[in-house]
Amino acid sequence: MSQFLEISGLCAQIDADGQEKQILRGVDLSIPPGEVHVIMGPNGSGKSTLSYVLAGREDYEVTAGTATFHGQDLLAMEPEERAAAGLFLAFQSPIELPGVNNANFLRTAVNAVRRARGQEELDAVAFLKMAREAAKALSMAPDMLKRNVNVGFSGGEKKRNEVLQMTLLQPTFAILDETDSGLDVDALRIVAEGVNRLRAPTFSALVITHHQKLLDYLVPDRIHVMARGRIILSGGPELARQIDQEGYTKFLAEVA
Amino acid sequence: MNALSKDMSGPLALFANRLNTLTGAQRQSAAGALARTGLPDRKSEAWKYTALRALGKQDYLQAPAQVDEAAVRALLDGVFQAHPAMAALPRVVFVNGRHAPAFSVAPDDVDLSFFGQNAEFGLQAAPDRDPLVALNTALAEDGLVLRVPAGEDAGHLMLISLGVAQEQPVSFHPRHTVVVEKDAYLRLISVQAGQGTYFHNPVMDIRVEDGATLEHVTLQTEGAQAISLGTLYAHVGHKSVYDSFVLGLGGQLVRHEVHARLASPRGVVHVNGAQRLAGQQVGDITSVITHAASDCISRQTVRNVLDGHARGVFQGKVLVEQVALKTDGYQMNQALLLSPDAEIDAKPELEIYADDVRCSHGATVGALDDDQLFYLRSRGISVQEARQMLIDAFLDEAIALVVDATAQTFCRAVMAARFAQKGEA
Repeated sequence: MSQFLEISGLCAQIDADGQEKQILRGVDLSIPPGEVHVIMGPNGSGKSTLSYVLAGREDYEVTAGTATFHGQDLLAMEPEERAAAGLFLAFQSPIELPGVNNANFLRTAVNAVRRARGQEELDAVAFLKMAREAAKALSMAPDMLKRNVNVGFSGGEKKRNEVLQMTLLQPTFAILDETDSGLDVDALRIVAEGVNRLRAPTFSALVITHHQKLLDYLVPDRIHVMARGRIILSGGPELARQIDQEGYTKFLAEVA
Repeated sequence: MNALSKDMSGPLALFANRLNTLTGAQRQSAAGALARTGLPDRKSEAWKYTALRALGKQDYLQAPAQVDEAAVRALLDGVFQAHPAMAALPRVVFVNGRHAPAFSVAPDDVDLSFFGQNAEFGLQAAPDRDPLVALNTALAEDGLVLRVPAGEDAGHLMLISLGVAQEQPVSFHPRHTVVVEKDAYLRLISVQAGQGTYFHNPVMDIRVEDGATLEHVTLQTEGAQAISLGTLYAHVGHKSVYDSFVLGLGGQLVRHEVHARLASPRGVVHVNGAQRLAGQQVGDITSVITHAASDCISRQTVRNVLDGHARGVFQGKVLVEQVALKTDGYQMNQALLLSPDAEIDAKPELEIYADDVRCSHGATVGALDDDQLFYLRSRGISVQEARQMLIDAFLDEAIALVVDATAQTFCRAVMAARFAQKGEA
């Protein structure tokens, strides 16, 4: 067992209109440090649920299985503790926060995790300098730090803002839930570069995507196919290309 | 006058000794109106959501003129503590409803006098229709009488009303008049604070004459046991602006009632506000905005954050008279309930007799958004800080409507100091 991210037999359900709906049905996944793994799979297979369960969203009830991160029981931690421990989820649909200034939000978050990690908090000047540089590297307009979080942002701006948060929070494990969806080619490249800048022997990522395009920039180590709440197949980078050309039907038929 | 006392049943009895010894036609007539109607109960439409039971059973004495100076000084320090720069502004301080010159700093460029020297009741207040205005009319002892001369920009003025009560409940009923003459400008910041069990019952009569502007922020930070029931009348002239904002934070039972009248074309009135209440607090923002002329604009945004067993009341009536063509009115009341026992009672009312008007209104009630909370927490922010950020953001969108930057900063600082919010980036 690696000491990084270990998911074993993970089952989770959601309460939908009084009905318990099983979404994850025994996910096994191991991600070693320093690797980029990809999850692909048809809509409704549980990819986003897996990312939410790992980040600690309360709507989902874990009914079986374990998830450990750096040897700690991830599932017993509060969402903010997971963030402090180094986990980051880039949301598929980033949430708008009217009335919350983006720079203020980013600084509060950065200082919260710095406090939890035993690092010194950044003052406003030091923080703004760092944030401006990071925003510039993502080709974000300077005024995006002054605006309210994600309010009135285009789809592409929201995704870049997610990558900006990831850059500033310096996670050791990032889940990118369809961060590439709705991005044009240039934006895709900028987002991929943002992830690539974090790549290090101590940083891993789990990328949820439908498209091969992102993987041209983010060369992955492993591809996993998820269907009906399980990982049904894993392979090297060539698997993504195969899916891109042939679709999921063949793989689903094989395991059925 | 003994004939009156027979009729003084219910809460009015708490003031009977004082009401029975009045002199002067206006005061006696107001007391007579009160004796006929009594203080309002929930059968009265305008007081359907706010009960005066909180007045209790003990008589309210006339608030003493002489109070402990140290107590006044401490309250005044408390007012400035959140934003010390405010102490540099000119101010008129009232203690227990009476002018306290020792604590005041006289403003330039305005004519200042006092109701206590020359009782003028003004033309707008209607004691026969509003029992609390009648009570004020009967018992008023002092008040600010302010006149900004035509064309003058008088800058800022603070009107600070402090209540100081010892063992026995006291009441005071100041009667303020503010006239901003033609093309003049004033930024008025009213602050209400105090300690002990007292009942503050102010009436303010405001006239904004043609082309003039009054920016008026009222900060309600009354003491925890205080009852504060204020009525404000604003007469808005041709091309004049009455831009008001009330921030409700303190007091046991607080009602801020505004009657604004757009009397001539192209006037603008804003009756915005925010309140943040907890425990057993009741905060009531009631307004009647009358469009009595064409081409006027009225805006009202009120946001409420209610925790514990707190109750917020919003009653907002916009009356558009037949002559008020091309009226542009907007009203929105929004509430955030932080506890299952918190409550908001909202009664928006549009009454339109003119054709060709644009009026919209709306109301929302909700809890903190789970998606927003999770988003913040997933970034490492603790659940307490995340809640605080969302609450601040909700209220801040209302505070951002305060035009005067000094008053806006003051409101934010007071909020931050009260709720120990994190510093800003």
